Amino acid sequence: MSFVPGQPVTAVVQRIEIQKLRQGNNLILGFSIGGGIDQDPGQNPFSEDKTDKGIYVTRITPGGPADVAGLMMGDKIMQVNGWDMTMVTHDKARKRLTKKNEDVVRLLVTRKSLEEAVKHSMGTYHKQ
Amino acid sequence: MDTESTYSGYSYYSGRSRGSHRHGERSRDRHKSRSKDSRSEKSVTINTPPAEPLLGDSAVRGEQIQDDNWGETTTAVTGTSEHSLSQEDIVRITKDLEDSVGLDCRRYFTRTLAVILGLLVFLTPLAFLVLPHLLWPEKLQSCGTACEGLFISVAFKLLILLLAVWALFFRPARAGLPRVFVFRALLAVLVLLFVVSYWLFYGVRILDSQDENYQGIVQYAVSLVDALLFIHYLAIVLLELRQLQPCFSVCVTRSTDGETRHYNLGQLSIQRAALAIIEHYYCDFPVHNPALLSASKSRAAKHLAGLKVYNVDGPGNNAAAGLAHSQSRAMIAAAARRRDTSHNELYYEEAEHERRVRKRKARLVVAVEEAFTHIKRMQEEEQKKAPGDVMDPREAAQAIFPSMARALQKYLRTTKQQHCHSMESIQQHLAFCITNNMTPKAFLESYLVPGPTLQYSRDRWLARQWTLISEASVTSGLKDGSVFLLKCVDFSLVVTSKKIPYIQMSEEYIDPKSHKFVLRLQSETSV
Repeated sequence: MSFVPGQPVTAVVQRIEIQKLRQGNNLILGFSIGGGIDQDPGQNPFSEDKTDKGIYVTRITPGGPADVAGLMMGDKIMQVNGWDMTMVTHDKARKRLTKKNEDVVRLLVTRKSLEEAVKHSMGTYHKQ
Repeated sequence: MDTESTYSGYSYYSGRSRGSHRHGERSRDRHKSRSKDSRSEKSVTINTPPAEPLLGDSAVRGEQIQDDNWGETTTAVTGTSEHSLSQEDIVRITKDLEDSVGLDCRRYFTRTLAVILGLLVFLTPLAFLVLPHLLWPEKLQSCGTACEGLFISVAFKLLILLLAVWALFFRPARAGLPRVFVFRALLAVLVLLFVVSYWLFYGVRILDSQDENYQGIVQYAVSLVDALLFIHYLAIVLLELRQLQPCFSVCVTRSTDGETRHYNLGQLSIQRAALAIIEHYYCDFPVHNPALLSASKSRAAKHLAGLKVYNVDGPGNNAAAGLAHSQSRAMIAAAARRRDTSHNELYYEEAEHERRVRKRKARLVVAVEEAFTHIKRMQEEEQKKAPGDVMDPREAAQAIFPSMARALQKYLRTTKQQHCHSMESIQQHLAFCITNNMTPKAFLESYLVPGPTLQYSRDRWLARQWTLISEASVTSGLKDGSVFLLKCVDFSLVVTSKKIPYIQMSEEYIDPKSHKFVLRLQSETSV
């Protein structure tokens, strides 16, 4: 998940669609995010590259909408509803996720196991 | 037994409040003194010796009798009374008288020795130059240009030496130290040896053989003066410069009330260190006020006075020492067992005293401020216009003093400072403040806070006779952990010294461009 500055970022992503749950006056998604370009990347426990300033999922409420949709702890969010999340501040990320007029958020997330799964499947393909 | 002793303790308390008139035969000095403490306990405590001494004498003789009487020996705090001459004053005066004679003799002796040595030193080069002209003038070579140049050199060097010796040695003596000042004695011996050896050489090689080379003789005299200047340099280094670098940190504590100060001293002998400390004492320590100590002494006496000790084993059973020991142990045990509420009393008494002092202080400040508004400095132009009723500072002070006198005196009495300030001194101080345009707060500062001893009049300086008590020799140098006492009549200063440790400092260079910062926030938001 490291990036080379100036080159496009490539990653294997999974598309996750979360339906927001209405709780009182709020629409909640059921997970917590950490990271951002204004945060300290060295304290991120989930990133492989400690200079990665992307948005990561730090906690998932069990049984919440995110858990139901298949989001896992440690995922890096690459896009939210088409908006890029690799170079945003923490507050901007929060705002993109919690827009009041949207009921559904479509996330593109990446995790290490996805890369391995692809490599594994490509390897078996090559063997064949 | 316990109930009996407690009962007598209560009767003691009630008796005390009625004053000391019950014990008429012992109240000779009592009505004059103001410290109202444990004198009436003489009748309560059992173990009074048969020949009961007078009030003040108990300070001297009390310690030799059994321990139980120490409550009485502390009553000699009669230095606070204004009119009676206490035992302490008598002791002080006799000490001053008998020691001042001996000290002056020694001082004059050293002075005359120093003057003789100085004269010898100065006249020697001149003698060297003049003697050949007197003794063998016809054989002597005439003095050429170089030789006469050397005359000027000798003259100026002698002048410089004279000024330098005057500056260093002929200063008024600050103090009389118990032992001789080792470095000065060594230097004097060195100078004497030096001059004697030069004379010897001169006598043998020049006078006996009647040398004609006058220039050589003049050069010899010049070398003597040069060497004397170098010895003077050595004197400066040994006497003045060596102790400037701080080497020891001394902690000075006053034995009566625990006031402590710390000073940095260089490498000094114990007696010189003591002298430096005494000079600092007069500037830094608040003045010794014996009236403030009476409260703790009366409390201490009350602890013992409530108990009576009976010896039921019969007389002559134990040795005297064992008797006292067992009795004091019995008293300690009884005191530990009984319920002591003196801490409660202390707390409330102190709170009450604090409140009283603050009230009096408020009244005093208001009175003084009001008094100061009554007078105004007259300007130059007005002086010519209205010559009537013009006062100089002294009269102005006397005019406004009565309006604040009562408040001031009440305040001084409450803080037990009334013996430090006489009415005359207060008026003088007031005149001084008015002359120098000081505010009422500046005038009051010397009364609200007990200042250093220097601030008060000379007769309050009390002790100028100090005794140095030390286990090590007083001419030996200060060492780490050396302890000595400076005793004067009323109190003593306990001095301990510690060596200042060797400081190892290392260097670390920081590039100014290396100061970079990042945000260390790591927030987690739930969505």
